[in-house]
Amino acid sequence: MAKLNIPEVKANWETTPGIWGMSIDMDICTGCQACVAACAMENNIPFVGEVDSGYGRSLHWLRVEHTWEGEFPQVTPTSFQPVLCQQCGNAPCEPVCPVFASVHSQSEDLNLQVYNRCVGTRYCANNCPYVVRVFNMRDYERTEPLPNQFNPDVTVRRRGIMEKCTFCIQRIHKGQDQAKSEGREVMDGEVVPACAQACPADAIVFGRLDDPQSRVSTMSKNGRGVQLLEDLGTLPRVTYLKEERTYGRTG
Amino acid sequence: MAVLAKPAGSIGKPHSHEDEEAHLREEHLMLDPRPRGEMNAMVMESMMVTSWKFWVISIILAIIVAICLGYYWGYMIVNGLGVAGVNRPIYWGIFLVNTVFWIGISHAGTFVSALLRVFKAEFRRPFTRAAELMTTFGLVQAGLSIFMHMGRIWLAYWLFPYPNERGLWPNFHSPLSWDFLAINTYLLSSTMYLFLPLIPDLAMARDRSTGWRKAVYRTLALGFRGTEGEWTHLRFAMNLFAFAILPVMFSVHTIVSWDFAAAMRPGWSSTIFGPYFVVGALQSGLSAVAMVIIVVRATMKNMKYFIRPEHLDALGKLMLIISMAWAYFFFNDYMVQWYNGDKWTDILLKFHEEGPLGWMWYAMLIFNIAVPWLILWNKNWRRNPTILFTVGFLVNIAMWFERYIIIPTSLSINRFPFTYQFYKPGVEIPLSIGTLALFVLLYMLASRIIPLVPVWEVQEGQMAHSLRKFGKESIVTVSDLE
Repeated sequence: MAKLNIPEVKANWETTPGIWGMSIDMDICTGCQACVAACAMENNIPFVGEVDSGYGRSLHWLRVEHTWEGEFPQVTPTSFQPVLCQQCGNAPCEPVCPVFASVHSQSEDLNLQVYNRCVGTRYCANNCPYVVRVFNMRDYERTEPLPNQFNPDVTVRRRGIMEKCTFCIQRIHKGQDQAKSEGREVMDGEVVPACAQACPADAIVFGRLDDPQSRVSTMSKNGRGVQLLEDLGTLPRVTYLKEERTYGRTG
Repeated sequence: MAVLAKPAGSIGKPHSHEDEEAHLREEHLMLDPRPRGEMNAMVMESMMVTSWKFWVISIILAIIVAICLGYYWGYMIVNGLGVAGVNRPIYWGIFLVNTVFWIGISHAGTFVSALLRVFKAEFRRPFTRAAELMTTFGLVQAGLSIFMHMGRIWLAYWLFPYPNERGLWPNFHSPLSWDFLAINTYLLSSTMYLFLPLIPDLAMARDRSTGWRKAVYRTLALGFRGTEGEWTHLRFAMNLFAFAILPVMFSVHTIVSWDFAAAMRPGWSSTIFGPYFVVGALQSGLSAVAMVIIVVRATMKNMKYFIRPEHLDALGKLMLIISMAWAYFFFNDYMVQWYNGDKWTDILLKFHEEGPLGWMWYAMLIFNIAVPWLILWNKNWRRNPTILFTVGFLVNIAMWFERYIIIPTSLSINRFPFTYQFYKPGVEIPLSIGTLALFVLLYMLASRIIPLVPVWEVQEGQMAHSLRKFGKESIVTVSDLE
């Protein structure tokens, strides 16, 4: 038998910047949910229906959070906050999967979910502090003509498995292949995930974090940049630019 | 055996010595020997005699198992976990609650038989088998519940480290892999530990039965004849297993607790979970042993001779002590989390107490602490089967609530208030009823095939104990045990 290669699932503890990253400007996010819709189209996410959605079973890989602060009459809305998989450098979901369905990609430095390998223990989702993993509770029906708009680059998942945002890895690979065939590096802005592409306000910026000149790197170094639950040490690759209400929104 | 020279009730009452001796014999099984042949016949009779009630209950249970386990499980496998109540963020629901609960139940079997055997607690003798059977059948339910919980059960074998073409192994970093291996280890070792002390009884049954029973017992008894060499080997093996299974027992529930303790969730990431879960397991398990032996005593023939109020008394004392230990660990767990001051833990603790399921939290404390403490201190109440059964039942309800609070209730609180949800069980309810029915059914059927009382162990104890007269006083004397 071949030598068994048990991969080291615990990601490196050095705070490497990561390869692919995202910044989300909450100051200009209007909460229009275009990113949610685009993500569902791109990644073949089924519609779960009103009942299941209301029961917290919607399969959106990306949700736009919007809550209220304060006691009832004096409530102020918080800023819109699109929450997606943070592609942690030190991801809590990875070590807990008993079958290596949740693994770290060394070439892209992303968290991958291997659909074929997933047996549905749902431990990864429990251990995800961002609550961004979703589980296929049923085989949801896709009525005609919905099957005609399947994205051929993305697997259609069946019931019983976990899924989550991939940073549109199919687009990353496409961009890398294109650049390779032309004998160059991937240019900044060449790879755009569906959510960033659909964002009318250009609040979501995607690119390479290891390139200090890229737009996402400069945005992330902005003084407004924060990371979600930074104190947990998960090394998220998504930076949120916190709202300072400089864009005329009065709240 | 903690045999008092003077029974507590008799102090101060004028008694003749004959009365006292008769009282001691009536009270203690070890002092009330019967001829071997008679005792063997009693155990055989208890297995053979079935009334119509037995069969009616068995058939009802079998129908419940077929509908609740067979039909609903198939329905869930075909339709996906959507028919259950899990959602985001409550990914783990009643299936995991049941798993932890049944593993807890299964703990007491080993505790009673192995720990009490190692410490030579004499009161264990008549009911070790009843407790060990509970271990095995409880683990069956725990295993079933884990498989129900999986999204793609048909791939469950991927959790086994089996050699395959791609060199893929399970992830040994995952607490779930440890859990899977620990439960399998426990199931195997507890089944073997159930089987070893059973061999002499199977041989006894083989010599006293006919027909298909004889064939079954002949195969299972492995040709045991009771020679000195066979006894030596058997004793050696049993001793080895009794010591070896204890660490396994402690490891299983600590490893189950790591599923929670290793996760980075408020309310779960608690370092005290290991011992807390072990004590919780004993809490529910001992109560379940008490309930089972009370039912066995009430329904099976000749069992009133073997299982006496003294045994209920001893179990009641154990339950009281374990309840105190549980209260201590609960307090410890709560205090550490409260002092930690983490915002999300504070919200979670408040949610446990004041949330919509706050009644469950209070019921857990009342049934787990107040009820045993208020009732089990009293010897007469401990010895009353109805009262002890009720206490055991309430404690088991409370321990189920405890796991419910730890799993679905704690999961509804996370660090993103936007995703908070409430858990409404769906197909979990019939499946839980099905596992319970399967447990009772397996136990009922086994009680007619397996001698529920280890006759040789009782006889051995009775040989060692005797009442002797010193002057006018009757003294309980003990010769060398085992």
